[in-house]
Amino acid sequence: MKDFDGKPVGVPAVDIRGVHKLYGSLHVLHEVDLVVAPGEVVCLIGPSGSGKSTLLRCINNLEKIQAGVIYVDGGLVGYRQVGQDLIETTQRQTCRARQHIGMVFQQFNLFGHRTVLQNLIEAPIHVQGTPREQAIERAKTLLSRVGLADKHAAYPAQLSGGQQQRVAIARALCMRPKLMLFDEPTSALDPELVGEVLDVLRDLARNDMTMMVVTHEIGFARQVADTVVFMDQGRIVEHGPAAEVLESPHQERTKRFLERVS
Amino acid sequence: MSGAMTSLESKDLPSRILPRKRYGNWLAGTVLALVVLLVLRSAFTNRNFSWPTFGHYLLSPAILFGLARTIELAVIAMALSILVGIALAIMRQSSNRVLNAVSGAYIWLFRATPLLVLLLLLYNMAALYPQIALGIPFGPDLFTVGTNTVITVAGAAILGLTLHEAAYCAEIFRAGLISVEHGQREAAEALGMSSALMMRRIVLPQAMRAIVPPLTNQFVNVVKTTSIVSVISMPELLYSAQIIYARTYETIPLLLVVTFWYLVLTALLTVAQHYVEQHFNRGRAGISAPASRKLSRLALEAGR
Repeated sequence: MKDFDGKPVGVPAVDIRGVHKLYGSLHVLHEVDLVVAPGEVVCLIGPSGSGKSTLLRCINNLEKIQAGVIYVDGGLVGYRQVGQDLIETTQRQTCRARQHIGMVFQQFNLFGHRTVLQNLIEAPIHVQGTPREQAIERAKTLLSRVGLADKHAAYPAQLSGGQQQRVAIARALCMRPKLMLFDEPTSALDPELVGEVLDVLRDLARNDMTMMVVTHEIGFARQVADTVVFMDQGRIVEHGPAAEVLESPHQERTKRFLERVS
Repeated sequence: MSGAMTSLESKDLPSRILPRKRYGNWLAGTVLALVVLLVLRSAFTNRNFSWPTFGHYLLSPAILFGLARTIELAVIAMALSILVGIALAIMRQSSNRVLNAVSGAYIWLFRATPLLVLLLLLYNMAALYPQIALGIPFGPDLFTVGTNTVITVAGAAILGLTLHEAAYCAEIFRAGLISVEHGQREAAEALGMSSALMMRRIVLPQAMRAIVPPLTNQFVNVVKTTSIVSVISMPELLYSAQIIYARTYETIPLLLVVTFWYLVLTALLTVAQHYVEQHFNRGRAGISAPASRKLSRLALEAGR
């Protein structure tokens, strides 16, 4: 959504309401509310341990929440509502709900025993039941989109970090996601490789993909994000249009953080 | 291009770079050659070895039949142990507490029972339960059969070996599963894979890298452990030889025949291990060994 007006139209891509997350007695997410409109690019920034990665992982149910509710495209992931209660769904249902949420990890997590092409077509074939030829065709299109058409037969260990992360993005895209979650996609990369991955993210943003990006790249957030969310100690401290949060933050903590990182 | 370089240039540049002379290798090699020579000489001059007898029995039908039973027993027991072992390892990692406890108890019980005791117990099962009945629990029996017709000698041998080895295989597989990076599971989950699919296509194939060496070890062990089932008169390799030397008193040559065949079986397994490891290492070495050799050769030539 390129025209941020604070009031999304229709069903939000992500609707997070009053979410709490606890690891034992450690309160990692504290009353978090966030609405993401379809096509919106949200960058989550904040110091390490602020809960931004955890929030991302709660959206596709890699982490369970202890209170609140998260709707993705109007539906629940990993839970079903019975009266006033959220009940964990069976694995089968959770898997089905996850299929259209792509996730890209800091450590790439490509399947090391599979070639690049096999990494891409694995889930479309075995999870979604896409015919093999169709999956391969789609995978090849996506590989050329991320600039790695010639690497389809390589194993992940033969690629640079930047190339691996681009493959990981293509792998997530191969599932035709409606929402892409990026968990510090450039943090494990050598500085000279960050650019090529950010270019792919920019390309996605231009094509109206709904994206939530946990990042330390403030410059990238300024350029690409519609909305920036600043988190600290498990709470959303500030949330608004990218230019506003990054150039003239209202909160003292946001100001201090931005001074430190830029 | 700093001071170190300039100071070197002022002196004479060395013309050749040579490896250190490895006198230790030569010394150890000579000693070893002498020892091997002495052993061989003693083996061929000592008539008690009676090599003609060895040659006579090496390919005799009774021995080959015993060899076939040993292979059969080892392969069946190992295949079953692997299947049970995988199931136990997955159960041990399960969030289902009952499955977890059952697996733990199984591993404890069958690692604690000596195989010899287990085999004798199974062989004498009829003394404990003379009949095995299939029926409705607490209700009438539908089908009854004598224990000894079900648990034959071969049955007891396979059952005993499987029960015993499965406990060890379970731990080997568990170690392998643990060795796979957690991120692989998360990536599979995020792609919507069920845990069965994830286990079969993502985790197990990568765990195999850590599993194959100890599993081959286990297989070699099973091949040799089959000789223990001679106690329940199963005519495998060792028992077949024992039958012959009980009659002819040619103990040593026949035990050498047995040893020879165990050596051959283990050698075959070692060769198989090499290829299985290569298969599961794909994608790991970065580039294949021939490609890597070619690259280092090119680098050498470029450096010249």
